[in-house]
Amino acid sequence: MTVELRSRVPDGPIEQKWERHRFEMKLVNPANKRKFDVIVVGSGLAGASAAASLAELGYRVSCFCFQDSPRRAHSIAAQGGINAAKNYQNDGDSVWRLFYDTVKGGDFRSREANVHRLAQISVDIIDQCVAQGVPFAREYGGLLANRSFGGAQVSRTFYARGQTGQQLLLGAYQALSRQIGLGQVTMHPRTEMLDIVLVDGKARGIVVRDLVTGRIRSHAAHAVVLATGGYANVYFLSTNAKGCNVTATWRAAKRGALFANPCFTQIHPTCIPAHGPHQSKLTLMSESLRNDGRIWVPRQKGDTRRPRDIPASERDYYLERLYPSFGNLVPRDVASRRAKEMCDAGHSVVPGGHGVYLDFRDAIQRLGQPAIAERYGNLFDMYARITGENPYEVPMRIYPAPHYTMGGLWVDYNLMSNLEGLHVIGEANFSDHGANRLGASALMQGLADGYFILPYTIGDYLAQANLTPVDESHSAFRQVEAEVAERTARLLGVNGSTSVDALHRELGRILWDRCGMSRTRAGLEQAIDAIHELRDRFWKDVYVGGKGEDLNQALEKAGRVADFLEFAELLCEDALQREESCGGHFREEYQTADGEARRDDARFSYVAAWEWKGAGTAPMLHKEPLTFEHVHLAQRSYK
Amino acid sequence: MRLVLHVWRQAGPAAAGRFARYEATDVSPDMSFLEMLDVLNEALVARKEEPIAFDHDCREGICGSCGIVINGRPHGPQRATTACQLHMRQFADGDEIWIEPWRARAFPVLKDLVVDRGAFDRVIQAGGFITARTGSAPEANGLPVPKRDADRAMDAAACIGCGACVAACPNASAMLFVAAKVSHLGSLPQGQPERYSRVVRMVGAMDEAGFGACTNHGECMAACPKEISVDVIAQLNRDLLHATLRPPREGKAWSGAA
Repeated sequence: MTVELRSRVPDGPIEQKWERHRFEMKLVNPANKRKFDVIVVGSGLAGASAAASLAELGYRVSCFCFQDSPRRAHSIAAQGGINAAKNYQNDGDSVWRLFYDTVKGGDFRSREANVHRLAQISVDIIDQCVAQGVPFAREYGGLLANRSFGGAQVSRTFYARGQTGQQLLLGAYQALSRQIGLGQVTMHPRTEMLDIVLVDGKARGIVVRDLVTGRIRSHAAHAVVLATGGYANVYFLSTNAKGCNVTATWRAAKRGALFANPCFTQIHPTCIPAHGPHQSKLTLMSESLRNDGRIWVPRQKGDTRRPRDIPASERDYYLERLYPSFGNLVPRDVASRRAKEMCDAGHSVVPGGHGVYLDFRDAIQRLGQPAIAERYGNLFDMYARITGENPYEVPMRIYPAPHYTMGGLWVDYNLMSNLEGLHVIGEANFSDHGANRLGASALMQGLADGYFILPYTIGDYLAQANLTPVDESHSAFRQVEAEVAERTARLLGVNGSTSVDALHRELGRILWDRCGMSRTRAGLEQAIDAIHELRDRFWKDVYVGGKGEDLNQALEKAGRVADFLEFAELLCEDALQREESCGGHFREEYQTADGEARRDDARFSYVAAWEWKGAGTAPMLHKEPLTFEHVHLAQRSYK
Repeated sequence: MRLVLHVWRQAGPAAAGRFARYEATDVSPDMSFLEMLDVLNEALVARKEEPIAFDHDCREGICGSCGIVINGRPHGPQRATTACQLHMRQFADGDEIWIEPWRARAFPVLKDLVVDRGAFDRVIQAGGFITARTGSAPEANGLPVPKRDADRAMDAAACIGCGACVAACPNASAMLFVAAKVSHLGSLPQGQPERYSRVVRMVGAMDEAGFGACTNHGECMAACPKEISVDVIAQLNRDLLHATLRPPREGKAWSGAA
């Protein structure tokens, strides 16, 4: 197969590209839309909004999710908010400023044209969500409230208490539910996509496993949309839901879709540290806490005194010391890396583990406890529930955790992968965040893709694709079904003695230590060797148990971990080839004298899109060059 | 800590279930309840026994996947806390803990602690939405919403759809869940055009799904991890009464969602 990387970015001034492209795209006649079947995999913000919008247009949609209801997709856990360039606060925000901030925040590794379109669409998203009944926070006059988020200098973030993701998802879920009720969408909950089916090189369907009965079956369509989220669970411990996985996108990659920038992972600085060997996942504490909390560690290594017994002179407020102007509000990647450095140097405040203090003592003295409770009460309650400590009296202990992945399947301007008919939206694609995502931009991108981009661009594809009629009886489906069944049987057949979780934990340890917040050539090479060894051990010694034709949660996990074990190697390969530091990717060899990331625009201003070449063969790197005509290339500085 | 667990095991929807007794040793008070079950499952796998099936996903108390009855109480003993956020420090060394699935006719058991809550989705599909086609929305600030109404809508919208209200109710009624959605959408100006047809359709779907009737026990509110108030049920009843006594002026009555 020859791979062609055509970004299909339209010509013309950047402000007019999307408008023009919308006009130039082919339309499907309204009467013909019902003749097209579209499969949407995933029901988070991107998937649910796409499925609902496509159904409203008249396409016949089938939507799949592994959860028991589409309402439970992991978008629901997003706390902070959603950005939009409404400029309601009259503080100088604009589409151009949101575009600029997003390209710069992504450390110049995203496509300008995509990001500009995202900023343009951001304003429509808020209108749409309000019309659906999303209860955004409001001012006393009844108009929408905004806040500043993640160090942004304008207040452009819309929010619904600390549950913005939940409310946006419920809005999309309700729009989707309406279409299910009307018979325009067939919903398949508790159903996991295990492979994609290509006919004549075009995506024509998927093979799924019914997670209740274990039955493997096929679904044919004219186009397939993957909205299956990110892969942060490759680290085992992350803030993602337990079920989040790379399987759908990795299966597509193994069928020829290119995987772009896998090494761009985001580690969020403020999460509750792991408490012990049985920790199953990590919990995020909203970034907003850094507005009032001060981060510190004891100056003395291994200091075991209680925090209140450590006088100010023996505390190191290291972010304030290193970054006098931004202090505790430096971007996520910087805050995370510095916390790791302090802990690696022996200043951890979690005995036998990793953690730093996030202290509200000064803020409580200055503003009073009621003011702090008003701002952060629900977060303090959650912290107390999980740790058993009262953060009004003792400082919180926090540590970074994997949170979001900017990498994903490569897509063109139309959000179509290099495989015709396979579209990828939301966190599952690589598109708009470059090497680092800004706070409150994930929700914006998911909904932009699902409500306002894909519904147009998929029509352009369907109108011209000239697809031959294909159904599930086609031999291509039979063959992929057989492969999926064989793989399931193989997982059950190993019958070794190590549990899936134990092996996943080991994989997470390897990646966290060697391909986490900072990376080195030697470490990455060791990681790849260790992953090989672990993968061999998995297929010799994993114990799954139970049957294939049953509700079998160990089998579900085993399939996902098997895919993580393959994908993890690509993650490390990508980190190895990118000999620069940018955004969430920090290579220790490439830093400035004072320990900041050193980007190399001359050599690495490209999207790294990887082609799978089979097990045991090195993947092939394709490069999409990135050019910056509107945002001036600059080194980030937070001193 | 050392605990004795009695866990409901049921091979499938049609199979008979029973309590199985397990001992959990070395339980740390810092573990969550589900992590305690993870450890038990690891031990079962090590003995080549089938692990206990239970629904869970975000483990942050927001997705609504987890739902188990712990010592007779949905989500266990701690107020306003889902099972995934419940920590073992709420229990004492030597405790005996009984763990069961939600029990309700409308939520059939699929396996062990996993139930089918599809009935909730069907209630939403019947009318739990505001009809707003993508692209047709007016400017967001074109219609101010009094803060009091927006806050009331948000209070009701906090529902995570876990089903604890149904599990807690002696009648297995879904009234708190349905009323939370009716109240969320009915509190907002955007929700007014469909306000009365919505309540009739949702209550119809609720009855059809086999949920019981509400007899004002209030157990639902006590069990709700998001502390949704039974006030929303009063709101639902008012809207339902209004819709029943005064035929709607919203086109052709209740049939068809289009």
